[in-house]
Amino acid sequence: MDAPPVNGEPEQEPRRYGRKLFLATVAGGVTSLYWGKAAWDHVTGVISPVASAVAPILPTGGWRIYTISGHMPDFDPATWRLKIGGLVGQPLSLTYDQLRALPRAEQITTFHCVTGWSVKNVHWAGVRIHDVLATAQPQSSAQALQFVSMEQPYVDYLTVRQASLPDVMLAYEMDGKPLPREHGAPVRLVIPEMYGYKNVKWLAEINLVPELEPGYWEELGYDQDAWVGRSNGYS
Amino acid sequence: MARFSPVERLLHWVNALGFFFLLVTGLILYLPSLSTLVSRRQTIQGLHFWSGVGWLGVLAAVVLLGGRRLIATARELETFDADDMLWLRRRRAPQGRFNAGQKINAVLTAAFAVLFGISGLLLWFGEQDTRFRFASTVILHDGLMYVSLFLLVGHLYLALIHPATRHALRGMTLGDVRVEWAMKHHAKWEPEGVTVDRPRARQPVDMRPQLADADRPRR
Repeated sequence: MDAPPVNGEPEQEPRRYGRKLFLATVAGGVTSLYWGKAAWDHVTGVISPVASAVAPILPTGGWRIYTISGHMPDFDPATWRLKIGGLVGQPLSLTYDQLRALPRAEQITTFHCVTGWSVKNVHWAGVRIHDVLATAQPQSSAQALQFVSMEQPYVDYLTVRQASLPDVMLAYEMDGKPLPREHGAPVRLVIPEMYGYKNVKWLAEINLVPELEPGYWEELGYDQDAWVGRSNGYS
Repeated sequence: MARFSPVERLLHWVNALGFFFLLVTGLILYLPSLSTLVSRRQTIQGLHFWSGVGWLGVLAAVVLLGGRRLIATARELETFDADDMLWLRRRRAPQGRFNAGQKINAVLTAAFAVLFGISGLLLWFGEQDTRFRFASTVILHDGLMYVSLFLLVGHLYLALIHPATRHALRGMTLGDVRVEWAMKHHAKWEPEGVTVDRPRARQPVDMRPQLADADRPRR
């Protein structure tokens, strides 16, 4: 027979639910290191229409801004140049206007960061690398491209083949506006198939080089070929 | 009447001040507009990480300093009786020194501190060594921040604005609260050495199935 109810409510002895809640919360949080990303992707997929409507008014827009130095580079249109050098027949030094005068390309792609976050449907506008290199006349011994950022000592590399992928571009606009400072103004590399650390911001130089070399993050252990979902421990 | 001991208040304010500093530095790292405004990510990142380490270290030191007193407080916070369960179902029920909502808030705050520490260490070391990097670490850290912010806003509303509860702030600053306020909001709280004429609180009843002797299995 149960204990008699008080005021019509069943009674029970005090329980340490708090301890269970604590342990369950910690266990849930720790195990989410394995299932959190998949769950989040599923949730954002389900609420995608809502997320798209809400995203523009969110303070982050989904982005986190990573820099490696103490100062985010400033862009001065009067002095900024994009230098094309290395193994080329005709070294170039393009002004911002000259770069923008090259054939314009646009694309909508997803940006993936190796730390786990992504931003879908980013509208980029810029120029294809082959249009930039055409005038510089790359030499046949050039097997890779070195991308040098104004944010020193950030540098990264792509093979000529990787740089020739159809959706690789040097972007000077993002979502219909000139590339913002925090996203690499005036020009950044965009290679959607690879994680963000290959998408060099604040571009200053592109050098044709004989072979691939480790870039800034590769020196710290990240994969040379940063294919989304197929590198850096992701499979 | 005294509600919070000096060591309980110290633990609360160390946690609060550490959390606010981490929130500010974390938002600078998280929000693009603030990242651009401040610009010095490396400095802010270092401040955020080392203040997080210091926060958890000082919290651990205060817990050790508190000893038995804080163990007793932890026992109070983790124990839920029938009145707590009624209170959580938005029913009138007398509460002890902590009401059930405060207990849940305290338990989650403690669990989140552990998870903030784990995910923060993984983010820090994961940036330098890919063996410590998981795709979900940043989602966990950010998710904790959002839930903590939600809890914090509610906590601040009750502590600073809501007329019926804001008197509790006196307990967490000066240590004591008015007897009549305590009788109304924490009717089951019976501090040692204080005699209060209060309505009789309901006593927890053992609701484990009671078998009549005749029903017990025979051996």
